[in-house]
Amino acid sequence: MPDESTQRDISADQVPTIANGYRLQFESAQDTWVLLYPEGMVKLNPSAAEILKLVDGELSVKQIVTGLETTFETTGLTNDVHAFLSIAHEQHWIKLS
Amino acid sequence: MPTSMLQHGLATDPTADRPGPPLWLLAELTYRCPLHCAFCFNPVDFARQTDELDTQGWIRTLQQARALGSVQCGFSGGEPMLRKDLETLVGEAHSLGYYTNLLTTGVGLNETRAKALKDCGLDHIQLSFQDSTREMNDFLSNTRTFDLKNNVAALIKDHDWPMVLNCVVHRMNIDHVDKIIEMALELGAETLELANTQYYSWAVVNRDHLLPSQAQLTEAERVTNEYRERYGDQLRIIFVVPDYYENRPKKCMNGWGNVFLTIAPDGTALPCHTARMLPGAAFPNVADHSIEDIWYGSEGFNRYRGKNWMKEPCRSCSEADDDLGGCRCQAFMLTGDPAGTDPVCDKSPNRPIVDEAIAKAQSSKTGLMTEQPLIFRDPKESIRLTE
Ligand code: SF4
Ligand code: SF4
Repeated sequence: MPDESTQRDISADQVPTIANGYRLQFESAQDTWVLLYPEGMVKLNPSAAEILKLVDGELSVKQIVTGLETTFETTGLTNDVHAFLSIAHEQHWIKLS
Repeated sequence: MPTSMLQHGLATDPTADRPGPPLWLLAELTYRCPLHCAFCFNPVDFARQTDELDTQGWIRTLQQARALGSVQCGFSGGEPMLRKDLETLVGEAHSLGYYTNLLTTGVGLNETRAKALKDCGLDHIQLSFQDSTREMNDFLSNTRTFDLKNNVAALIKDHDWPMVLNCVVHRMNIDHVDKIIEMALELGAETLELANTQYYSWAVVNRDHLLPSQAQLTEAERVTNEYRERYGDQLRIIFVVPDYYENRPKKCMNGWGNVFLTIAPDGTALPCHTARMLPGAAFPNVADHSIEDIWYGSEGFNRYRGKNWMKEPCRSCSEADDDLGGCRCQAFMLTGDPAGTDPVCDKSPNRPIVDEAIAKAQSSKTGLMTEQPLIFRDPKESIRLTE
């Protein structure tokens, strides 16, 4: 995505929430996590799903990164998480406060 | 993160042997409707089809489709609010894990029912603006119908549903898209679908009145883009061009028997809501067969699935995967051959049929000056037209 708005920075202290009308759900028939919204659906790959599962309106971006790094016993996820959340924001899947 | 991470939309792998599940279930609860839209997408003979599945029949259908993998559920009609068991059905769908959509004109949606629908888990209401001339006039003069929509829009906001407005656009109202967009802004809509009429059912009967000219279309798109620039994210505007003005057909229903399953009021299962018009064996009914047998096993759902049924020029066409030959109903209506190329395609030898309709629409005469008067959908006309 060349659009410069996708580069829009997300700060570590912001708290993302799943946008009104969107719902994250596991679909066993498709064996995948999906994000449902009015008359549509996005299939999520596993890492996108892991990030969105932590988007609960309480955890900050930084806490989400820490949470994932702990769960998956790794480091350096900050850029990936920021990049994904900025796409998610761009697509109106999440709101940031 | 690359966008390949995200697979958008409802596409399924067309090369897979077994078709994917019917991700989208459209429950057309009733053909009854208080309105009289001249472009109504219900069958022209709707007044002859008065049977309706009962509550248990719908619940069984919802359960079976969900078990197969359906996840989006639309309740439409007619006017679905006319079903007294709507709340029961929405509640059932919600508890099964569907994302529930209600497609309504707003007639019958009062505070009590809005609250009940919210309580039973309705996820989304698509509020539509209908009845071409009468309501547009109403709306343009700010009268009764506008008040109704205003109240319903307020209910939608109060109950925290995302606000999606849908307005069917045609020759008689397309010059007012600015007013329609202003209204959407005033109502606080987040999404506005300006859906040009598609020519099926009643819209075919009234086509000369409804098909806009190229000039009207170009102007409407220009105005729409202006608003998009001015309001950006505040209002998402979707503008659907009538496919007559394209040179490739739409990938109808995203492929026959690919993701969409429509259940007509009487329980007939259809690959799209107009497919019953096609010649050939009757489509199966959920009263007689399971959704699984219908979706995977029935002749009707396999008839135009994939590409094996195609004739030339589609059969050897390099774009066959892009549009799967277009719409079967449109091919049948305009050429008499349901397995032919959709005549919207400029590779079709029948494209002149579409061009002729377009040529007629360029005349400055209004539809009102054509020989046949505008026919509003209503039970008497339905009977008369199908005698
Ligand atoms: S298109 Fe109009 S008349 Fe037809 S079902 Fe919808 S609201 Fe009723
Ligand atoms: S010839 Fe058939 S497959 Fe090829 S573009 Fe036209 S409709 Fe599509």
